[in-house]
Amino acid sequence: MNDDAVFAALADPTRRRLLDRLREASGQTLSELCEGLEMSRQAVTKHLGILEAANLVATRRQGREKLHYLNPVPIQGIAERWIARFQERQLAALSALKASLETPKPD
Amino acid sequence: MAESTFIYVTYIRTTPDALWKALTDTDFIPQWWMGVRTETDWKIGAPWKLVLTDGRTADSGEVLEFEPPKRLALKWRNEFMPELTEEGWSHCLFELEPQAEAVKLTVTHSIPREDSKLIKAVSGGWPQILSNLKSLVETGQPVVSRKPEVAQA
Repeated sequence: MNDDAVFAALADPTRRRLLDRLREASGQTLSELCEGLEMSRQAVTKHLGILEAANLVATRRQGREKLHYLNPVPIQGIAERWIARFQERQLAALSALKASLETPKPD
Repeated sequence: MAESTFIYVTYIRTTPDALWKALTDTDFIPQWWMGVRTETDWKIGAPWKLVLTDGRTADSGEVLEFEPPKRLALKWRNEFMPELTEEGWSHCLFELEPQAEAVKLTVTHSIPREDSKLIKAVSGGWPQILSNLKSLVETGQPVVSRKPEVAQA
């Protein structure tokens, strides 16, 4: 997805708190998510909309209820972009070093 | 809520037909599923199973829905961890929806019981598998071709 939307969504502490609550129990209704938050339903709805637009929250209708789920796929993508790929480069660098050390040829 | 569910969503820059092929081509699946093989002929009601790189059956079940290039549903039970096997049948649904230049892939895995260990176990693996699938379909390269230990279902 769009990294800017993901980072913008994650830049807000309330939205991270909502994600934490979904990590504890995925599949919550708006009312459940509002419990214990000093915030109007409208404000929570707006935050959830931003999280959903960034694909960090997925939703599903069940009867009259809309359930919210944590979707970790975009964060996985970020981790892979900066961690897995970085490790690949390290491995490639090591392998190149090994090759150059083992091949005594001035460059 | 007497069920455990996760829903993972990813947007893949491809066509529904190409994604459907990636999801159902049993020769192609191991490339994004960390080497795990799928055995089935995809007929509705046909048996379906996931086979680990060491030959053990990880999960088995049945093809419930097969509607190219939109919906694929599987009946799914873990077969190699007794405490997961005893939880019984879960349901795994893949939904493909075209969206502008991409396809929205939604994977919904659920079981009709609370605090399912199966759902907990598979939910750790899906983000990496889906990310791999996305990377492979979009760039021709998976992120990770094989996990060091294949513990996930």
